[in-house]
Amino acid sequence: MEFRTFVFYFLAAILVFASLRVVTLRNPVHAALHLVLAFFSASGIWVLLQAEFLAIALILVYVGAVMVLFLFVVMLLDIDLDRLREGFWSYLPLGSIVALLVVAEMGLVLISRYWGVLESEVPQAEAGYSNVQAVGRLLFTEYVYPFELASVVLLVGIVAAVALTLRGKRKSKSVSPSQQVFVKAKDRLRIVQMPAEKGD
Amino acid sequence: MVETLQLLLPGFLMPLVDWLMRFGEGIFGSLWPDIVTVAWTVIKAMLIVAPLLGAVAYATYAERKVIGWIQVRVGPNRVGPWGLLQPVADGVKVLLKEVIIPAHADKGVYLLAPLFSFAPALLAWAVIPFSDFLVLANVNASLLFVMSVTSVGVYGIILSGWAPNSKYAFFGGMRSAAQMISYEVPMGLALVVVLMVSNSLNLVDIVQGQGRGLFAGMGLKFLSWNWLPLLPIFVVYVISVFAECNRSPFDLTEGESEIIGYHVEYSGMAFAVFQLAEYTAMLMGCTLVSLLFLGGWLSPVSFLPDSFLWLLLKILGVLVLFYWVRATFPRYRYDQVMRLGWKALIPVCLIWLAVVACWMLSPWNIWK
Repeated sequence: MEFRTFVFYFLAAILVFASLRVVTLRNPVHAALHLVLAFFSASGIWVLLQAEFLAIALILVYVGAVMVLFLFVVMLLDIDLDRLREGFWSYLPLGSIVALLVVAEMGLVLISRYWGVLESEVPQAEAGYSNVQAVGRLLFTEYVYPFELASVVLLVGIVAAVALTLRGKRKSKSVSPSQQVFVKAKDRLRIVQMPAEKGD
Repeated sequence: MVETLQLLLPGFLMPLVDWLMRFGEGIFGSLWPDIVTVAWTVIKAMLIVAPLLGAVAYATYAERKVIGWIQVRVGPNRVGPWGLLQPVADGVKVLLKEVIIPAHADKGVYLLAPLFSFAPALLAWAVIPFSDFLVLANVNASLLFVMSVTSVGVYGIILSGWAPNSKYAFFGGMRSAAQMISYEVPMGLALVVVLMVSNSLNLVDIVQGQGRGLFAGMGLKFLSWNWLPLLPIFVVYVISVFAECNRSPFDLTEGESEIIGYHVEYSGMAFAVFQLAEYTAMLMGCTLVSLLFLGGWLSPVSFLPDSFLWLLLKILGVLVLFYWVRATFPRYRYDQVMRLGWKALIPVCLIWLAVVACWMLSPWNIWK
């Protein structure tokens, strides 16, 4: 077995295991951590395909930012595990039908073409070829409008999140930091001259 | 491998290397090149990690000494001559201490958290160049790699806050994670400006690009380094490094006066691993500042040769700045930290990004 193939199967096995654990684990924090492991293995497979930019971006964006927010939310939730398990049997038939459909669709697509590990169909790049440069050039020339559109969608998302959480003026007693910064000593402190009293 | 050894080793050792290569080929046959590659990579990794851990140990000693001198004290001076064995004594002490796991802690995550903060701090060193050819992995996107790996370090903090099932640790972890995520934004924007002017994501190229320019032609190389043309970005980056490493004046994650920090429930070696991670990350920050803005291994004036020693000197200088700031400034309040990051540093970065972009398109572009 070639070393590349070995690495692929190794990473793929971890990926499948971690993804399974994400949906089977009871503790949501553990599930989120396994999702992080799945992202790491997926980025390893992308490195094997010489897509180093995608691999690094996956770690940077999903592991470094998105999953951190996930963990925040999951940790701050007060989760009652028994109540989560209540609806298990009533949801099982519907859930299993959806799962079977997904498996069948993916199987039809994958098995017909990729039985076994094939070489990537993308032409192999020569050494020193910069993935990042190529992606950047495409993003800012051919796909510039979709790219800008995506960023506008993100901006709308940010504004929406702020609008949802902003509920009028907060009644807190905090002082404005900008005013604090410009405070001078003479605004707060008054030095009073006291003439010394004469002793008897 | 052989080419690098030829550059490093004295000439009389080369026949020995040749003999070793032929000897190995005789025994292992066609497998030998693979074995050499793996062994050479492991050796190189060890050559980086071992001195790094030594440097981390003595960074703690140097910190106590330097802050001692600044505050007109002597610092550690009991263990060994001038207190030089202090880090060893500290290491033995934490090794012998018991790691107390709180009763309702999530044991697996509790023990995983220190590793999550230490491993990324070490991993980032894989792509750091120490000179034109002394680099473990000279990958194209090394700057992106460093950014993504260091962004994983925040997991150690979040998990160590959550795992012990303690409110104080949890508050500390949340604070610290929010701070680190916030300061990653100005840091990333600052790096965008650097890679714009260097036209590369490769750290070796970024350093070599700083050796060219108007002042470098006049022999004054240190005026061509990125710190001068990108001065606001340099300042923003240094401040963000302070905040990313949770160093003073942004060290409110371990503010001793309000006992609330992500590692309050850790003891013994588990706690020491967090300290190791912090100092490794700090050395990493110093190295990145030296490489990106202070010309890395380039010498300041052209009549002196470029050398690895210059890089060491620059790292040491930035490190002393870290200590100096810690001994000088009081701690920021939490809302002030957030305000500085979001309302001061990010706007400065965005404006200077636009300024540099216009500058590069104008006829006065100095980065050709």
